[in-house]
Amino acid sequence: MNEARELIRVEGVSFQYDSIPVLEEVSFSIARGDFMAILGPNGSGKTTLVKLILGLFRPTKGRVLLLGKSVEEFRAWFKIGYVPQKATHIDPFFPASAREVVAMALLSGPHVAGRGKKEEDEAVTLALERVGMAAFRNRPIGSLSGGQQQRVIIARAIVNAPELLFLDEPTAGVDAATQGLFYEMLHRLNKDQRITIILVTHDIGIVNKHVTKVACLNQRLVFHGTHAEFCQSEAFKTMLASGHLVSHTH
Amino acid sequence: MEAFFGYGFFQRALLAGLFVAIACAILGVFLILRRDAMIGHGLAHVTFGGVALGLFLNVLPLGAALVVAILASLAIMNLKERAGLHGDTAIGIFSSVGMALGIALATLAGRFNADLLSYLFGDILAIDALEVGLSTVLAAVVIIAILANYRRLMYLTFDREAAKASGVKTAHLDVLLAILTSVTVVLGMKVVGILLVTALLVIPAAAGLLLAVSFKQALLFSSLVASLSVVFGLLAAFYLDLPASATVVLFSFLLFVVFFLLRRKKLS
Ligand SMILES: Nc1ncnc2c1ncn2[C@@H]1O[C@H](COP(=O)(O)OP(=O)(O)OP(=O)(O)O)[C@@H](O)[C@H]1O
Ligand SMILES: [Mg+2]
Repeated sequence: MNEARELIRVEGVSFQYDSIPVLEEVSFSIARGDFMAILGPNGSGKTTLVKLILGLFRPTKGRVLLLGKSVEEFRAWFKIGYVPQKATHIDPFFPASAREVVAMALLSGPHVAGRGKKEEDEAVTLALERVGMAAFRNRPIGSLSGGQQQRVIIARAIVNAPELLFLDEPTAGVDAATQGLFYEMLHRLNKDQRITIILVTHDIGIVNKHVTKVACLNQRLVFHGTHAEFCQSEAFKTMLASGHLVSHTH
Repeated sequence: MEAFFGYGFFQRALLAGLFVAIACAILGVFLILRRDAMIGHGLAHVTFGGVALGLFLNVLPLGAALVVAILASLAIMNLKERAGLHGDTAIGIFSSVGMALGIALATLAGRFNADLLSYLFGDILAIDALEVGLSTVLAAVVIIAILANYRRLMYLTFDREAAKASGVKTAHLDVLLAILTSVTVVLGMKVVGILLVTALLVIPAAAGLLLAVSFKQALLFSSLVASLSVVFGLLAAFYLDLPASATVVLFSFLLFVVFFLLRRKKLS
């Protein structure tokens, strides 16, 4: 694979929490423009894998390359958006307004030197519009519903117009209609703006509709390939049979 | 600096008090939201040990207190992370050890009485011009350091992992906060004394948080409560011949109650 096209490379990564193995020998890569789903039952290591890729933990074995750089040396974090799992565990008394929460990701640094208050405001408003929350921009985050909070967190993840977007079960607690709109939006970000997306999900409906690549985890990488290959795979049949995938209609 | 010494003791105390109280209020907002509100209490007790150490070794008590407070706050932070202790447990351990050390050292130094008591209760109206000048400058440094890192600190406080994934150097900011807290506690000690420092860190910030609908407002309202408490507290102390530490804290509580009632009115 061409170096420039490869955004993420995970090489023989193993990880343990206090000597309990969570991931073993996971290797795969993600190319620019991919829309990849990470599937797997609860506790299979999906969130851990995302955090390893983002450098939040160090692997006990193996290494991660982000945009061609070892994750320890990676500095261009503004090129990456991240919606953590259970982002909705928000302190109800945290005083930040929705726009302040989105603006958190607009950090100063060499890459944004010279960005004025007006440009910042525009970026924040655009991100909030994309998730249908512009009308709530001045509301304290704690006064919003769980699904609305989640949308604000998603707005924060896209406010820098990232090249790479990580979403860890982003629509848990978001209603079906909004989910539909949200995945349409992800689809457009992926197709029109060529943003590479890594999505942790349990929802096979979304996988079938939008995703180009699939990775199935269960401590090890059980499957990795294109969506078409996935549909033919043993992993798919096993997951369906064991009820680890759910399907919503969108 | 010369003009500064030209002020009357009251104006000087007012100026230093305002800066220190605002530093406490702004820092307090972050500490409360980080569930670290009682760190001021813990560090103040440790600081008592530091002051006693200074008296024992015959070095500047404030300097000794500052060094001890910084070391203790870093230790509390580490204990929290490494040993998986809850913050209040780590604070509980250090505050009592600091106090015990202070009592032992003060007894050894044989200067338990007047000197140490002045640190327990503080009295900004009684401190000399040099100390007031130093407090003002240090408090201004604390305020500037917080405002310069305002967005990062807010992000870290709101969601540590997301902040880290956005490239925020969370470990550095933790150390910065620990150091700023130590400095602020030692400064607060000069204004209201070891026993009441927590009040400056917690009450104005808590009042501000009652009414704020944005982070900016939380910082503004807290600073406002802190400023009003100092102005009216010092005036009351001066005219009623009461200890300033007590009147400042009582005024801040009064404002807290006012904010609380305003919030109830807003919600109903
Ligand atoms: N902080 C932690 N300390 C110890 N063990 C942990 C910790 N976080 C996760 N684990 C363990 O690591 C394993 C993988 O967890 P992870 O959160 O990556 O799973 P997941 O696939 O994201 O699950 P889910 O679908 O429930 O989100 C689990 O067995 C879990 O018990
Ligand atoms: Mg998970």
